[in-house]
Amino acid sequence: MENFKKILGILWIFLALITAYFCVFEFGLPKLSTGHQEDTVFGIIILFILTPIISIGLGIFGYYALSGEYNENKM
Amino acid sequence: MQHEKKTLWKVIGASSLGTLIEWYDFFIFGSLSIVLSTKFFPADNPTAAFLSTLATFAAGFVVRPFGALFFGRLGDLIGRKYTFMVTLMLMGGATFLIGCIPSYETIGFLAPFLVLILRLLQGLALGGEYGGAATYVAEHSPQGQRGYWTSWIQTTATFGLFISLVVILLTRLFLTEQQFDSWGWRLPFLISIVMVYVSYLIRKNMDESPEFKQAKAEGKTSKSPLRESFGNRYNLKFVLLALFGAAMGQGVVWYTGQFYSMSFMKTVMFLDSDQADMILGIALLFGTPFFVICGKLSDKVGRKWVMLSGMLLAVLTYRPIYEAMYQITNLANKTEIAETVQVEEQRITKEKGIDNIHIHSSTYTDGTAVRHIVTSHLNTKGQPILKGNGEAQRISKTTVHLHGANYWALVGLIFIQILYITMVYGPIAAFLVEIFPVKIRYTSMSLPYHVGNGIFGGLLPAVSTYLASNAKTNNAADFYLAGLWYPIIISAVCFIIGSLYITKSMTSKNL
Repeated sequence: MENFKKILGILWIFLALITAYFCVFEFGLPKLSTGHQEDTVFGIIILFILTPIISIGLGIFGYYALSGEYNENKM
Repeated sequence: MQHEKKTLWKVIGASSLGTLIEWYDFFIFGSLSIVLSTKFFPADNPTAAFLSTLATFAAGFVVRPFGALFFGRLGDLIGRKYTFMVTLMLMGGATFLIGCIPSYETIGFLAPFLVLILRLLQGLALGGEYGGAATYVAEHSPQGQRGYWTSWIQTTATFGLFISLVVILLTRLFLTEQQFDSWGWRLPFLISIVMVYVSYLIRKNMDESPEFKQAKAEGKTSKSPLRESFGNRYNLKFVLLALFGAAMGQGVVWYTGQFYSMSFMKTVMFLDSDQADMILGIALLFGTPFFVICGKLSDKVGRKWVMLSGMLLAVLTYRPIYEAMYQITNLANKTEIAETVQVEEQRITKEKGIDNIHIHSSTYTDGTAVRHIVTSHLNTKGQPILKGNGEAQRISKTTVHLHGANYWALVGLIFIQILYITMVYGPIAAFLVEIFPVKIRYTSMSLPYHVGNGIFGGLLPAVSTYLASNAKTNNAADFYLAGLWYPIIISAVCFIIGSLYITKSMTSKNL
């Protein structure tokens, strides 16, 4: 189980990269270029609030998992 | 023992009342967003005005984590009691002032600007309040009963929404539509100041939490709560686990049950607005006691599996539940009673032209009543006013009113979603409190909670609307279910992380 938790760390890092891609290129940037006020606000929130929290946060979580920080003996 | 229990009930009462009022203040804005959009934002384009309000609504959620950091730090430095007194006053003041701001027509762009500032202050206050109240109650609770006692705090968010709906319904009931539109909408904001004052008087006489008092007396409080919470690898890993293994899923389940369901009833099922509010209100009323039941259950069987079961059930059943909801008002399944069909034409002359209103109403065999109103805008000569693309300017609105078995079936489907909320939300305060030490508890638990609930949950309407409109553009047959992918995916990821990484040793550290 401890090794499985470590290996899954790679999945969380990968997921962080995928969400970063979707947040920036599918949700964020296209919204900024529509010229509508409400889209701009939404785009800014996605790019500067949601993306860093999800991607950086999930990335760090994945790294910690991969490096065994969540192993039973370290909790 | 009896005395201790009495003191504990006093603590619960004072904390819960204040938190309830804060949630009420926060929800009133969202519940009245349609009226607010016409009062405070340029009315040239109603959709733009409405979306601007939603953006303001989102801003209210996005600043919550910053409130959690600011007030969390303060709470760990100077104490829980004084901090959540400040947040209470800040919230009450901001809410009262929203009710006092002159409309856009009177003071122009200053109006939406002031609303935005006050909304941000509400978000900041809420960010600080919840962690303080939960920590305060948990630190008064006996070991092994934290789930039960903190679950009373957990009822306040749902009950706050319920009270906000009731206050709005009552205000509408006692005023004419014109009165409500002109000044009545301000009343729910203005009465908040009275409630806040009462809560302030009650909280003022409360003692500081015993655990914090002891830590302070022993010189064990933190000098730098932010650095110790997030700059320390050992603690940061728990903050991240609390967010991705519990709070994130809890946030989306909470918002789906309480807000997405309401928006779905009004905009996808075209249910009459008052009836949708009433249905949600009934489900909330019956569901609220289950917060306490789930909190108590978590003391017996552990927090983890109560919360994660709620998430798993949500993942597995959201689509069937929403499909069943959609079918309740799907007219393709119903038979119209020909004798009940009524057609009415009205002409209203206005300054810039004429509104031609065509009303078609009918009743179906299962008691469902449908009213379809088409308003065509004509110029003073009676000719249709054309849009840029050459089509006639026309607004169409369908309202469905349910009766009998359909009504209660819908209440039941919303109630199931509220039950999921009680499972994920009932034990979470105790869970968060128990994984962080006293000296940085307020800061450490507030951030994952508000990021999970405020950001992951708060952005659900926007992301789900985006997914649903994309599906509609692509002509997907079940486009109305596409918005559910957001809460389903987030809950599924959260379930996997929570079930694998949250361990017994982590939650039973006796901090």
